[in-house]
Amino acid sequence: MPSYLFWLFSTIMLIGGTAVIAFRNPVSSALSVVTCFVGLAGLFIGLSAFFVGVIQILVYTGAVMVLFLFIIMLLDLKDEQKRAKGFAPLAAGLGLVIAFVVQLLGILSRTPNKVAPVLDKESLAVAATHFNPTGKIATSLNEGRLPDVQLIGHTLFTEYNLPFQILGVLLLVATVGVVALSKKSVGSD
Amino acid sequence: MASLNDYLLVSGLLFAIGLAGVVLRRNIIIVFMCLELMLSAANLSLVAFSRFNAINGLPDYNGQMLVFFVITVAAAEVAVGLAIIVALYRARQTIHTDELTSLKG
Repeated sequence: MPSYLFWLFSTIMLIGGTAVIAFRNPVSSALSVVTCFVGLAGLFIGLSAFFVGVIQILVYTGAVMVLFLFIIMLLDLKDEQKRAKGFAPLAAGLGLVIAFVVQLLGILSRTPNKVAPVLDKESLAVAATHFNPTGKIATSLNEGRLPDVQLIGHTLFTEYNLPFQILGVLLLVATVGVVALSKKSVGSD
Repeated sequence: MASLNDYLLVSGLLFAIGLAGVVLRRNIIIVFMCLELMLSAANLSLVAFSRFNAINGLPDYNGQMLVFFVITVAAAEVAVGLAIIVALYRARQTIHTDELTSLKG
């Protein structure tokens, strides 16, 4: 990805993130998270992770943030009033964050930098020799395209098959848990 | 081309913003959104590591599998967490962490 696109999407992401904690109205915060995640999806696509970029949009900005907006609507939240907050929690929070950023800068200035390995036609053709030559993955690689979705599916259903099945059970447990949680609170009224 | 350290810096800054939100904000829903920001920051560094460590000329797809799992688990976590927040609101009529003082000695 050209540098200016990287900095553009990073700026969108960081401004969205800052707006989340700056806004008083929860609906504005939720929409800022959406902005932040759209910038993040742009960065994912710039890293040639097309599938992850698309599910970032579909799952996070599509499903999760709509769920948040539903709950904000359901609870009928008003703008947060200015409450008398002590100086100590603010200073402690900012101090923690500044210490984190300083540490991060210190570590990054000492670690050797790395540039992205090129994904051009020759290197993709070399990678194609590791796959079934008549398959779709090898065909796309030989044409000079990165078959991101096919490669993810290949890895998911071979190496990561068991974790994938367990994930299905986890989602079922979460669904049952949500139903049980909502039901109990209704019964206790 | 942006280098690996650029991506890690941006990811760390997003994590710091999420951390600041968790520490500074008092509204549980906003705190929850900031947790999502922190998870996404971790995802960004995972995808960056995956792209910058080529295996056989391709990005390391093990990193992207982990991102896939993190996104799925985060979706389940949001569903359960929001159900807990709704149950809390029904029981206490508040979602401000300042007013939840049952555990205070």
